[in-house]
Amino acid sequence: MENQALYKYILGIADNSLILGQRLGELCGHGPSLETDIALTNISLDLIGQTRSYYQYAAKFLGENKTEDDVAFLRLENEYLNVLLVEQPNTHFGYVMARQYLFDVFHLMLMEELQHSKDITLAAIARKGIKEVSYHKRFSGDWIKRLGDGTEESHAKMQEAINDLWRFTEELFQMTEDDRLVTGEGVGIDISKFKEAYYDEVTALLREATLTIPESKFFISGGKEGRHSEHMGYLLADLQYMQRTYPNMSW
Amino acid sequence: MTLVHEPNIDQSLIPILEKVSDPEIPVLTVLDLGVIREAKLSDGLVEIKLTPTYSGCPAMDVIGDDLRKAFADEGMVAKIELVLAPAWSTDWISESGRNKMEAYGIAPPLSASADKEALLGKKKIVKCTLCGSTNTHVVSQFGSTACKALFKCDDCLEPFDYFKCLK
Ligand SMILES: [Zn+2]
Repeated sequence: MENQALYKYILGIADNSLILGQRLGELCGHGPSLETDIALTNISLDLIGQTRSYYQYAAKFLGENKTEDDVAFLRLENEYLNVLLVEQPNTHFGYVMARQYLFDVFHLMLMEELQHSKDITLAAIARKGIKEVSYHKRFSGDWIKRLGDGTEESHAKMQEAINDLWRFTEELFQMTEDDRLVTGEGVGIDISKFKEAYYDEVTALLREATLTIPESKFFISGGKEGRHSEHMGYLLADLQYMQRTYPNMSW
Repeated sequence: MTLVHEPNIDQSLIPILEKVSDPEIPVLTVLDLGVIREAKLSDGLVEIKLTPTYSGCPAMDVIGDDLRKAFADEGMVAKIELVLAPAWSTDWISESGRNKMEAYGIAPPLSASADKEALLGKKKIVKCTLCGSTNTHVVSQFGSTACKALFKCDDCLEPFDYFKCLK
């Protein structure tokens, strides 16, 4: 493939949106209240919309007759390049919000840089995404504060969620070989440079939410290299079911 | 980034474009919504550049189909291209579009800074579409579609949608 590095770079960004969008979509009809249910599915829709724009672009690298659907549905598990954070399963609402917030802060920082990419397609998708992701972060951040600084039970559950998800945060800033190559060309973004700003922002909000910042230095990664957690296979089985069962089906 | 991008639309195509409305807010035409960035007629082919409101807006596929059909009804072939840049802004909704939206029961978008204060519940400035009172509060930052938030009037108790500012 021509420009394999750029193709994989696009997937590295887009797969995060697809997989998190899928996770949020699983909650359609299962939110704790009508308003939150609608919010979760709206965020899912934004993420999947962004994914479509990226995949339509990525499909061009695959050849003539390939479409966004090939990219979304017909890859093997180890060909998905999302971070481990976004594939973590939905447990309780506080956990879903913690996962969301820890991703949203990173996502907005990435979009703000990517809008200045030399690649005009990526820049356009990012510029459009910024507006949406700002709403996502406002929503998830509000819930972290409300639940963290809420009742004894909501506080405990939120703390537990943060403690559990913290180990996935460092992977957000890891660069793959392809990331470095594409960044060297002025197309990709050096994500390692906003790691400090990320932890500063997250820490400030967690403090405001009366939560304790985890001290653990144990971090795990692998998603960006295609090595996923045990949850990913189940997620993909659901996501890919229709295309695998009825190849080439369309609505 | 705050360039004013006037859409480039052939006058002769306007009557046909006016027949196509937003499937989610049927009182608004695609022209009111400002999603048609270019519409040119050359050699019997209509070339349209359409921009989405939100990335995942499912109305876009429907609008594309409706546009093709509206032109087919007039014996013309429309080719539709989805363009992402410059990104759509609620500033592109026409004045008449804003009025129609309000009459339909959706409060039109405020300026960006006022929008933030309204959505964070810091200021009561979103006007109830039923009684006109600004004694309203935000129920949910996300409403019936991605572009709207849900509000409730504290005077007449009417729940209503507010079209969020996007720019
Ligand atoms: Zn009222």
